[in-house]
Amino acid sequence: MAVTAVSGSAARPIPRLRRLEDERWLAMALLAPTAILLGLFIAYPFFEGVLLSLSSARVGDPGHFVGLKNFHKIWDDSIFRTTVWNTFWYTGVTTVFKLALGLWLAILLNRHFRGKAIIRAFILLPFIIPTVLSTFAWKWMFDPTFSVINWTLFQLGFITQRINWLGDPDLAMTSIIVINIWRGVPFFAITLLAGLQTISPELHEAAAIDGARPWARFWHVTWPLLMPVTLVVVLFSVIQTFADFQLVYVMTGGGPANATHLFATYAYQLGIGTGLLSEGAAISLAMFPFLFIIVVVQLLYIRRVETR
Amino acid sequence: MIEGALWRRWVFYNIPLILFVFVLLFPFYWMIVTTFRPDGELYLPWNAPNYMPFWTNNPTLEHVLYLFEETSFSRWMFNTMLIALVSTVISLFCGVLAGYALARLNFPYAGGLGTAIFITYLVPQTLLFIPLAEIIRNFQLGDTPWSLILTYPTFLIPFCTWLMMGYFKAIPKELEECARIDGASRWKAMVYIIIPVAVPGILSSGIIAFTLSWNEFIYALVFLSSPDQKTVPVGVTSELIRGDVFFWGPLMAGALLGSIPVAIVYSFFVEHYVSGLTGSVKG
Amino acid sequence: MAEVSLHKLNKKFDTTHVVKDVDLQIRDKEFMVFVGPSGCGKTTTLRMIAGLESVTAGEIRIDDKVVNEVPPMDRDIAMVFQNYALYPHMSVASNLAFGLKMRKFEKAEIEKRINNAAAILGIENLLQRKPRQLSGGQRQRVALGRAIVRDPKVFLFDEPLSNLDAKLRVQMRVELKKLHERLAVTSVYVTHDQVEAMTLGDRVVVMKDGVVQQVGEPLELYNTPANRFVAGFIGSPAMNFADVTLAENGGRPVAEAPGLRIGLPGELATRARARSGHKATLGIRPEDIHVATAADAPEYCFEAAVEVVEQLGSEILLDMRAGPALMVASVDPTLRVRAHDKLKLALKPERLHLFDAETEAAI
Repeated sequence: MAVTAVSGSAARPIPRLRRLEDERWLAMALLAPTAILLGLFIAYPFFEGVLLSLSSARVGDPGHFVGLKNFHKIWDDSIFRTTVWNTFWYTGVTTVFKLALGLWLAILLNRHFRGKAIIRAFILLPFIIPTVLSTFAWKWMFDPTFSVINWTLFQLGFITQRINWLGDPDLAMTSIIVINIWRGVPFFAITLLAGLQTISPELHEAAAIDGARPWARFWHVTWPLLMPVTLVVVLFSVIQTFADFQLVYVMTGGGPANATHLFATYAYQLGIGTGLLSEGAAISLAMFPFLFIIVVVQLLYIRRVETR
Repeated sequence: MIEGALWRRWVFYNIPLILFVFVLLFPFYWMIVTTFRPDGELYLPWNAPNYMPFWTNNPTLEHVLYLFEETSFSRWMFNTMLIALVSTVISLFCGVLAGYALARLNFPYAGGLGTAIFITYLVPQTLLFIPLAEIIRNFQLGDTPWSLILTYPTFLIPFCTWLMMGYFKAIPKELEECARIDGASRWKAMVYIIIPVAVPGILSSGIIAFTLSWNEFIYALVFLSSPDQKTVPVGVTSELIRGDVFFWGPLMAGALLGSIPVAIVYSFFVEHYVSGLTGSVKG
Repeated sequence: MAEVSLHKLNKKFDTTHVVKDVDLQIRDKEFMVFVGPSGCGKTTTLRMIAGLESVTAGEIRIDDKVVNEVPPMDRDIAMVFQNYALYPHMSVASNLAFGLKMRKFEKAEIEKRINNAAAILGIENLLQRKPRQLSGGQRQRVALGRAIVRDPKVFLFDEPLSNLDAKLRVQMRVELKKLHERLAVTSVYVTHDQVEAMTLGDRVVVMKDGVVQQVGEPLELYNTPANRFVAGFIGSPAMNFADVTLAENGGRPVAEAPGLRIGLPGELATRARARSGHKATLGIRPEDIHVATAADAPEYCFEAAVEVVEQLGSEILLDMRAGPALMVASVDPTLRVRAHDKLKLALKPERLHLFDAETEAAI
């Protein structure tokens, strides 16, 4: 009441502006641009994607409704099964390593030393630089004929035959896992470092006086207190990795022999490469239930940890 | 806390740290060396004698020149920069407004909308690209920068909103109340008081959005087709490979030069980037 | 038996020398308080005793064993931190048990010690709560409990009462004193509050800029401060200081300043005569100044103009100007006085202090 009295005694506000005082109107106005963009380019395509996956569309042929036929088809597709396995394996292994190495790096950075700010800035480069570009550098490093890694191992006497990083199915998967870890460790390290810095050093000192050696201090004090941040970071990372495309597209395109296909690359190959739009859409959509479950489980776990 | 004797410090802290930094930065060094290495030295097999891969004594600009003369690289740089800047501006605009609304205003469905925005994060680009390609074509935006300028905000806005919500929540209510007692309307309080105070948050969101734009690939790959319209990641991938033949020299040159703008912008805003990243995880 | 001795203890951070040549013997079962302004080195000294900071030079012995290189967990000490440092994700009981668990005590023994400590501190009903559910005072008790269950040789306290509100602080002070009497463990206590130092310490160490200014029983520091700093630090309201010159007036030593002339008694006079002509600082505590009566000798009286009257109920504090000097006097609460009044005041001659103007040492 006082506010309107004050503004009333000054210049008379236009009726339209007075409406902005009403919080609901203001909120709607503020959220409108976001709602439009997200509605138009996420909700609408999602809906269209569902319809597409339930049709028999091809490039140039809108097709007709076929129900769940596409899903039956991919379920029987051995390549699809390999893809599912690949994606889970890829996501699982990389996440574990990213967490362990990122945590280790965060602990190393959690002290005072000269040049800390510069090192911290440089460490983020793998995460900042466009993935495609840095992946090409790795591809060059892994190229079976010209690999500098092979050269180093050869010089050190570890190998006499070349290692066919990208031609052998298992090695190819290992290669992309390595690159993904390389790219993700900085993200984990920097965010976990911030989490570590919220833990008061006095707690470690008290634990030291209480008789805890370094590993016990980590396990009983650092790890539990870091849990909330860890879970959120893992959640972000899992979503990203599960839906990964660029890395595999550049390195192997999904081969050799479909050994490195992920949901995204297989969907691309079928949908855009071969023009089987509806089946590609079905594969893309197949990601959704898995993502949904993973996220819900993690969110529940986060809530449980925070209210413990 | 006592770290112990000097040797302990080196073995447990400094040496591992050096190893980490080396591994994280080596590929970039490799990019640089390859870019300036002549073709003759480049295509030596891994077990060739007298092969010194880590350094070249005959640096050359031939790959860089090839990049600029034989491909539309400068066009790609321009496209990518334009798209990144405009998408960032759009996303910041939407994100700041939405973040403020969700953090400060009471209205029904506030919680629901916040969750909805977060849910969009669950719908990655690789899920939507096929139907979205159709929609883009129907809107006649295919093969134009607009196809990306309008779609990039879909993954930039949720992040910006999330981040700005955290920043706005940290601003004490008293600041706004003081402004409103001084006679400002809700809108004016937001524009003249709150937003200026939230500038660090805006910078953080901006720099992260900028780097995320540069990093996007699949939409650019699917929506753009003519060489002149492509962005740097797509151009480098499609135009520097003919069939099975990789032009490694120009490829690395493209990778290097393509990385530089992002690295430069990032270097001016490192602190903001880091606090944005860590803020998003704590929020 | 738990004696702590510090021998020529020094600590440097890079080039900053924060603890300089500290020599101290802390006796078994003694409650030793380190007091001084921020940055005086008291906390660093405590942390060196705890093993949380390395020693640059000198020795620390606990029970005649040199412990410089011994890690904190093996020194048989317990510490109470200023911010309590309770493990936020563990219950109170787990917090108390942690140190014992780390040392692989038996479950039964741990139970016994926890219940014992909880009973002493009155926190039995808090055992299942988490630290964030406790008030400041309760957290403080849990921090104390954690130290008690360990049954160590030495207790270390790092300003444990600083974070409590005034009333709680007074309460906890009393409890700490009772606790010490009951447990009789050698204790080293750091604080910046001289009231805590005076009330809790068996002996008190006053530090400034890394150097020990004086060590002694509280009353010793109060009555015979070794230098101007100790004199001004101990006692509240603080001692009054006036810059004077030592001179002779009619054959008797006096302390002079423009508008002020104070006689000097007995021993003090003898020492002052030897320094006649030198500059010095005169010290007298507010509680040793009273309104002059006929019974007061004139050489110990002076005139002053009252500037501010602070009526506390139990006493009146007068902020006055005597010559160039500003002084505070604590006088009888029934006195009728107003600002701008001129008063004649007398001081107790046996309570006068003199400090050398350059060295600041007591004369």
